[in-house]
Amino acid sequence: MNKEDYERLLNPHAVEMKPSGIRKFFDIAQQVDGVISLGVGEPDFKTPWKIRQTAIESLQKGHTCYTANAGMAELRQEISIYLKNTVHTYYHPNNEILVTVGGSEAIDLAVRAIVSAGDEVLIVEPSFVCYSPIVSMMGGIPVPIETKVEDEFRVTANELRDKITDRTKLLILPFPNNPTGAIMRREDLQEIADVLKGTDISVISDEIYSELTYSGSHCSIVEIDNMRERTVLINGFSKSFAMTGWRLGFAAAPKEIMQHMLKLHQYSIMSSPTTSQYAAITALRDCTADIKKMKSEYNMRRRLVVDGFNKLGLTCFTPQGAFYVFPSIKSTGLTSDEFCERLVYSKKVAVVPGNAFGASGEGYIRVSYAYSVTHLKEALKRIGEFLEELKLEKGAQNETDEDSCKCKA
Amino acid sequence: MDSLLKLLKEGGRLSNAELAVMLEKSEKEIEDQIERYEQAGIIKGYTAIIDETAVDPNYVTALIELKVTPQSRSGYDEIAGEIANYDEVESVKLMSGAYDILVSVIGSNIHEISQFVSDKLAAIDAVTSTATHFQLKSYKQNGVLICDEESDERGMISP
Repeated sequence: MNKEDYERLLNPHAVEMKPSGIRKFFDIAQQVDGVISLGVGEPDFKTPWKIRQTAIESLQKGHTCYTANAGMAELRQEISIYLKNTVHTYYHPNNEILVTVGGSEAIDLAVRAIVSAGDEVLIVEPSFVCYSPIVSMMGGIPVPIETKVEDEFRVTANELRDKITDRTKLLILPFPNNPTGAIMRREDLQEIADVLKGTDISVISDEIYSELTYSGSHCSIVEIDNMRERTVLINGFSKSFAMTGWRLGFAAAPKEIMQHMLKLHQYSIMSSPTTSQYAAITALRDCTADIKKMKSEYNMRRRLVVDGFNKLGLTCFTPQGAFYVFPSIKSTGLTSDEFCERLVYSKKVAVVPGNAFGASGEGYIRVSYAYSVTHLKEALKRIGEFLEELKLEKGAQNETDEDSCKCKA
Repeated sequence: MDSLLKLLKEGGRLSNAELAVMLEKSEKEIEDQIERYEQAGIIKGYTAIIDETAVDPNYVTALIELKVTPQSRSGYDEIAGEIANYDEVESVKLMSGAYDILVSVIGSNIHEISQFVSDKLAAIDAVTSTATHFQLKSYKQNGVLICDEESDERGMISP
């Protein structure tokens, strides 16, 4: 059978799904030897030792069976307490909390439970790469809401109102944001809530970076009046506790929504990894100090990197969350793809083109500061050299242009 | 420990300008604070953390436990000060417990250290006994992991 024959056999939604823009750039960077990367979306810290130790002990004791479908009761209880403490909202551990395989599974479940063919789904962009493909897979129609640097990459009520139609089913709200580092404050969320009031639009609030909020504390849309009832809150252990490889996240939602997400989870996953669940209990119970320490380290790097880019002349919005900066490269006259490709070939530094996170990311690059200060300083130095080269090139280009004008004259 | 001391202790060779940005202070404030720490004797000096065995695999470090008879007027201070004067000696500490003074010594081979212990330390009148422990391997020094540096297992790019 040839490619076309196979495509006939497959789900057209899967066939039409585009590979992630990040993947494409990954392939390019992979070909270059000795690259130093600022491209990784995961912490450089190892999981705190206490957490690892709990996992080892659970294995030694032979805790290797499935858990309850929704996750261990003890862990759900801890998550309920955690949500009460952090977003001041109560979720019943028995029927409103679901332990998932990373925040990613929770996103997948929530979208599948809510979206049907033909539904429009509002997706804030630039943002994490998975929302739109999952919506399309369900036959839904992704509708981007583009955020802008002049709004500090926040969603505004006007932008939201403009995109709502009678087919709008869902809003995906990813804050603190990957890749921009933007956050939504209580008053921003209140505006969004005011627009949604009286509609049948649900919300998926992806708050995976909530612990990495640098000014003030994180506010969730579920804290705004009447929003808990229509929101699926998603969080997890990957970023805040440096546990990406453990694949553990969770969703919290009213039981009327959760019962249907639970069915999808039962049939596709059964239950989340048992060892990771034991580890997560320790994370929530005993690791507040570790989170604080990592956050303070990120915060110092954040200031160093933002300052570094601004000094290099790439204006950089000061992110208030996550561990990314999103400097504009428009002054170079290059597209995001061109900038990143040339930088990796010329100076062996890998950063991610902003347009990998949605069309509105064009003209920007995403730089992760989940790296040591020494690493960050070396990368900034090389980016500085690269910008100098671009300037010289432009200068030479201008001279050649002038020369050719003279000749013509 | 405050954030500035922590950053200085971690090394990283940060300039005052960089420290200022990272800690949201002015360069002048950082400069003044460091000077205050130096004057107060909180910062004793600046050093590189060197894995001696990477420089020369024959390098040997030894920890020597000394039992000492305290002197009538100066207690342990005079003896400890005398020991600290030797160039071979890395550190001298008065300890509680089974022995009195812990000395760490670096030498280019085992023989050199043995000789130092017998000729110099054991020869001090007040020293009543010595126990020498040779270091086999160092895993962490000054808060820095120095055994086989862990590589970054993360991929180059991820969403």
